[in-house]
Amino acid sequence: MSAIRRYHAASWDEPVVYELGAPGRRGVVPPASWAPDSDDLFPQSLRRTADADLPELAEYEVRRHYTHLAQQTMGMMGISLFGTCTMKHNPTVNEQITARPEVAAVHPRQDPATYQGLLGIVHSLEGELQNLSGMAAFSFQPGGGADAAYLHTVITRAYFASRGELGERTQIITTAQAHPCNPATAKAAGFEVITLPIEEDGYPSVEALRAVVGARTAALMLNNPDDMGIYNPHITEFIDAVHEVGGLAFYDSANFNGVMTRLRARDLGFDACMYMLHKTFGVPKGGNGPSVGAYGCSEELARFLPGPRVVKIGESYDLVEPEHSVGRVREFLGNVQQLVKAYSWTRAMGTEGLREAADLSVLANNYMEKQLMALPGVTMSFPGKALPRLEMTRYSLEEYTAETGVTGHDVQNRMTDFGIDAFWTSHEPAFIPEPFTPEAGEMWSKEDLDEWIAVLAHVLEEGRRDPELVRTAPHNQVVAQIDGSGLDDPDTWAVTWAAHRRKAAARQPAGS
Amino acid sequence: MRRSHPYMANSAEASRTALLDAVGVSDPDELFRQIPAEHRSDDAITPSRGIASEFELRRMLEGRLRGVASTDSHVSFLGGGYWKHHIPALCDEIASRPEISTSVWGTPSSDHGRNQAWFEFTSQVGALLDLEFVGLPVYSWGCAAGHALRMAARLTGRSVVVIPEGLDRERRLVIETYCGSRELGGSLSIREVALDRATGTVSLEALSAVLDEEVAGVYLETPNSWGVIEADIARIVDAAHAVGAETVVGVDPISLGALASPASFGADIVVGSLQPLGIPLNAGGGVGGFIASRDEERYARQFPTLQVSLAPTRREGERAFGMTLFAQSSYGARELGNDWTGNSVYLWAVRAAVYLALLGPQGMRELATTVARNARRTAALLAEVPGVSVRYADAIFKEFIVDFSQTGMSVSRINEELFARGILGGHDLSGSADGLDGCALYCVTEVTTEDDVTRLITALKEVAAS
Repeated sequence: MSAIRRYHAASWDEPVVYELGAPGRRGVVPPASWAPDSDDLFPQSLRRTADADLPELAEYEVRRHYTHLAQQTMGMMGISLFGTCTMKHNPTVNEQITARPEVAAVHPRQDPATYQGLLGIVHSLEGELQNLSGMAAFSFQPGGGADAAYLHTVITRAYFASRGELGERTQIITTAQAHPCNPATAKAAGFEVITLPIEEDGYPSVEALRAVVGARTAALMLNNPDDMGIYNPHITEFIDAVHEVGGLAFYDSANFNGVMTRLRARDLGFDACMYMLHKTFGVPKGGNGPSVGAYGCSEELARFLPGPRVVKIGESYDLVEPEHSVGRVREFLGNVQQLVKAYSWTRAMGTEGLREAADLSVLANNYMEKQLMALPGVTMSFPGKALPRLEMTRYSLEEYTAETGVTGHDVQNRMTDFGIDAFWTSHEPAFIPEPFTPEAGEMWSKEDLDEWIAVLAHVLEEGRRDPELVRTAPHNQVVAQIDGSGLDDPDTWAVTWAAHRRKAAARQPAGS
Repeated sequence: MRRSHPYMANSAEASRTALLDAVGVSDPDELFRQIPAEHRSDDAITPSRGIASEFELRRMLEGRLRGVASTDSHVSFLGGGYWKHHIPALCDEIASRPEISTSVWGTPSSDHGRNQAWFEFTSQVGALLDLEFVGLPVYSWGCAAGHALRMAARLTGRSVVVIPEGLDRERRLVIETYCGSRELGGSLSIREVALDRATGTVSLEALSAVLDEEVAGVYLETPNSWGVIEADIARIVDAAHAVGAETVVGVDPISLGALASPASFGADIVVGSLQPLGIPLNAGGGVGGFIASRDEERYARQFPTLQVSLAPTRREGERAFGMTLFAQSSYGARELGNDWTGNSVYLWAVRAAVYLALLGPQGMRELATTVARNARRTAALLAEVPGVSVRYADAIFKEFIVDFSQTGMSVSRINEELFARGILGGHDLSGSADGLDGCALYCVTEVTTEDDVTRLITALKEVAAS
């Protein structure tokens, strides 16, 4: 077992930017206007009466401040096995290429003839995803995975409206293990949501599905394998059951990493699927975006895709609106710079590389499972079922918490004291008590995995010896554990500096 | 010996073997027993060779991008909600720091710095807007407008929204998608309010004709999609409030360096684009949207976004940043969700925070003034070109409608000729439902130089004479 490293986060006691600088300072000077001066640019009544309350800092002060904030962000500079998010290497070369003006400075309203090379890359990426999914066409417009799920509900509406059935097709079926965005987008789109429970095998039963499918079924939305690393072997029966009643089957490929090149959504029978390019395809997460939920679908649904789509006509590329397009879920082609990165990553890997990444991520998960299950107090979800797991396993600290009173949340905080970023617990509903879900992936080395496991073992041992030490963690982090008791209280929440100052002043005793 | 791939540490033979030995399998394939054989598509995939060499990869991509024109290689007058502004170098530096660019979630203590940057973003955007409750970014301006109108519907329990005629087509299509479908529950229907052709703005008279007690929210923009600054927001807000509707206003944040925020005229929810705040155009991938309101529980309880709040820690006098109202987000609400959130465009929040901290109050004022002066002057010079006229030129901020119909040439033909002279002409408005055939939307900002405008004028005169 590897040694536990000494770690302490950079801690600058960094003020909020409003507490820095001094009146009259500035960090940048805009170019002066070349046009004649004019007093009557705007009517008096429309003018700002006082300058916006923005901080005033010299450039170096802004740089120092935000560099300090960067240093106070662990991100993936420690070890982050943040399950369900599939942490990946983000090659620097991709950042450099997309910073070039041929990507960064292209205006979305340019004539397509003027940026053929960029459109060609977008088109080629679509080809890569068609190859991996079997789907006929992709849209990259959704701004993330949840947005792709919403797009599916929108396309579902359009599909049934085109058949004159929308008034009857009012239900979308998900599972208790589906990402929360699936039921939420279905509800937001106006559908009634039916949630299938997880049975003792770790997945919903075909019987439970058959009991709810019918003439009102519009779509099924689920992921497989799920976040516990369990694959539903009856998935094609699910799809068949939905198809038999005329519904659509959507595959949330959130956990595609472990099955890349092995499974194709269309070949399984799904009508549509989604890939998150900001995770599975090596695009940086940027602290929650810019992200891309690439939405792929069958030939039958392709006519409903949002426009514009990149289409190759002869040797050139053009932008077209599909015949029965739903319009837009957001504007234009989506986060195009991320598409270039995903294409680059995919080409760097090649088919063999993708297969190797899937293999290594599953291998690494099983390696971790072996080590973690040897730790007293650690159990796994649905033990004995569906082994070996795929790229993730969900564990529980229930027994450990019962023994020590130390919770998974405490352990999570304490692990950050050793340079290990927080693990993912579980999406709602957390039906496994005290859950934790590490995902090893293909990037992290065996030594990194060993270090992660050693830190967990160390913290669990600490919790037995000195539970208060773990409960009060973190101790080596930028700041101590947050007191979140006021976060949902209108009198104390403060999402802007102005609100904070006003509320803090109101709390001061009169005259102080 | 196998050659390891640079993106995968364990692809080195020794590491891979160590893992296999520890797990007790000879081939990773043995670990996929869960997947029935008939589900596998191994042979369906067309194989492609990986380009593991960074040099080869770069050469391939740069080769494909060669010849792409851009707003850097050409003088650009393109706008329409995507605007070329100067991006301070520091925005690039901070956003590309790996701690920031690779992070995903973390805890309030482990990713404290990024959370603080988010809080500084919401604080600074709130300062520009004169509003104290600001969510973390949504996917785009159109998405922000769509969400805000859904908020208005929930706040009022009504289902009609009013949007202005002439709204940018891309944004309008997004709003329509967010309105849902009549056959299903909770859908919204859209009414359009005409723009006064004399002023290019929403007239009170036209608005009154569409307002009634079914209206949940009135959406307008200032400057609007024709580039015109709304002259009388206060009275529009009052009219909406008089029938119990919410007012949602879309803004260009750059304009707020000089113009008063719609909030100061009583607007309830203000939305807009993040793109001008230090974010590259990225062919339309540089967008993000913000949603803000007064810090009133009534509004806060309807936000679809995640948002960070300042909060104390267990250490006396110390501050951290945590999620507020998380349970009402789609993460917490699941099938009770009103809306949806997830990975979005949060890196842009960091860029915008750096941008606004660099500009400061003086910079924003000077920038807004420079933009407006340059635009007004360009409009005046264009109007002197034979056959060319400019609409609403005395009420614009940075965009304006240029009417070429009297030149006898189509906008697309003119743009072809301009492109041949190194110029990206304005966005062609021909074919829209607004009677703007022969017109183009031109955009001028602080990066448009006098020389650029001279080139444009010279080129147009040449084109007209040809």
